[in-house]
Amino acid sequence: MNDEPPIVVGAGPAGCRAAATLVAAGLAPIVIDEAPQSGGQIYRRVPAGFTRTYRALYGFDAAKARRQHDTFDTIKASIDYRPNTLVWDLKPGVLHCLSDGRSEALAYREVILAPGARDRIIPFPGWTLPGIYTLGGAQIALKYQGCAIGGRIVFMGTGPLLYLVAYQYAKAGAGVAAVLDTSSFATTRRAVPGLLRGGSTFAKGLWYVAALRARGVIVANGIRPVAAEEKDAAVSAFLYRDAAGNQHRLACDAIAFGFGLSSETQLADLAEIPFAFDPLQQQFLPERDITGRTPVRGVYLAGDGSGIAGADAAELAGERAALALLEDRGHAVDKRRLAALERALQRIAGFRLALEAAFPFPVDMAAGIADETILCRCEGVTVGEFCREARALDADEINRAKAFSRCGMGRCQGRVCGPAAAAVLAAKLNLPPERMGRLRVQPPVKPIPMAVLSDD
Amino acid sequence: METTLFRRLCETDRPVIRFVLDGRDCEALAGDTLLTALLTNGQRLRSSEFDDGSRAGFCLMGACQDCWVDLDDGTRLRACTSFIAEGLRIVTRSVKGAL
Repeated sequence: MNDEPPIVVGAGPAGCRAAATLVAAGLAPIVIDEAPQSGGQIYRRVPAGFTRTYRALYGFDAAKARRQHDTFDTIKASIDYRPNTLVWDLKPGVLHCLSDGRSEALAYREVILAPGARDRIIPFPGWTLPGIYTLGGAQIALKYQGCAIGGRIVFMGTGPLLYLVAYQYAKAGAGVAAVLDTSSFATTRRAVPGLLRGGSTFAKGLWYVAALRARGVIVANGIRPVAAEEKDAAVSAFLYRDAAGNQHRLACDAIAFGFGLSSETQLADLAEIPFAFDPLQQQFLPERDITGRTPVRGVYLAGDGSGIAGADAAELAGERAALALLEDRGHAVDKRRLAALERALQRIAGFRLALEAAFPFPVDMAAGIADETILCRCEGVTVGEFCREARALDADEINRAKAFSRCGMGRCQGRVCGPAAAAVLAAKLNLPPERMGRLRVQPPVKPIPMAVLSDD
Repeated sequence: METTLFRRLCETDRPVIRFVLDGRDCEALAGDTLLTALLTNGQRLRSSEFDDGSRAGFCLMGACQDCWVDLDDGTRLRACTSFIAEGLRIVTRSVKGAL
């Protein structure tokens, strides 16, 4: 009998539900999370001393957020919970965890990886100026800190988060200058039948747009960013072209932007799970089946970290992966529950197709980025430098291009520039993005003190 | 009065925390991240290593690593995931290189 506790990495919707499922089966998992409190990004909890209600913090998702928090608080006494802990390296069978400046090697026989996702970015000239943030970052400033990123804010990009964050800002009393969507109206309209299958998600989107328009906010589709202008060392205006090609200049003191989400796949990579290019998400993703099992025994994946499907799917996938782990341990599991979870996950996958079709990653933008645009904000590499290095050295693959240009070698390990760099290179070489390969991961997956590396 | 990047919209009924930013006495609120504390008192976290510009963070979720700041004792902290504390002395004007 295996009495080693399984490990869950991540305490967002997928990780929490996975942990609760394991506890319900009588196990006491170790739950490791980089954040100080459970919830992940979507159900991120406020620091002590903040007083907004669930309704004010999470809007339509208030009930879900509360249920998830309550569930986690209930199982807390039954698990080995390790908040503020970064898994900075994974070697098959061992996690290296950093907490409070000290690293600990933690052996595992089974691990459920649920690391979540981050905003997907395509740079535009001026995007590194103070005052310019990701959509997710803008949402955190408001939800987690009660702050707006500026006084007159442009929201730009595409995807459901664009409208949600702009709406949350407007509702909180922030100055929303405009909501500028790179997806064309026609593209989004074609996807409506599929979107309707997603139940209330689509209705909520329409509601946000109507509420923004009612407040006098400019809402435009099919735009392309041109540049952010600087005055006194911060952003002062956003230039863009509308769907008809006319250029506009909007005065602003902040910009929030993003083009959907990108999965955090570093730990799956270090666990030696094979990756395949996912044309829907335009990203290399670790292989897993609907149960969360991977080709690597004992390693399970759940949630947006292994393919973007949203919080509801993440919860279902977290439960399914935990049940797969239990099945593999020889526990009896409810077969009807397995079937119900898999049906629900398949339904969401269908809706996901429609969402990506409605709000596509604008790869054409990557092809058209001006040479002087900074591509890698860690290393200050411009698009022009990246392409020159890649061409001169015949780097027809992202890792070679990275080695020569340093793009993707910085502190973020390509989390920010990776998707755009691959799209830029593919466009310049006129090759499909899957031919660019993917950025290989090097531990530590995030910066850690040098002393920890030499101790370990 | 310094120009600030962030604006507080709510949750302002929290204890005041005093800290020093580039030699200037500043106030933040308990529960502020370093990033919030700095950007409600100014509009930068650090200098860019590559040009004469400033950086003020980007993702706020510990992914992009753009917001590492220096304390005057040489300690480096990621501003979006560290909390402000009484008496911290933060330096944004140094031109130290990357990690």
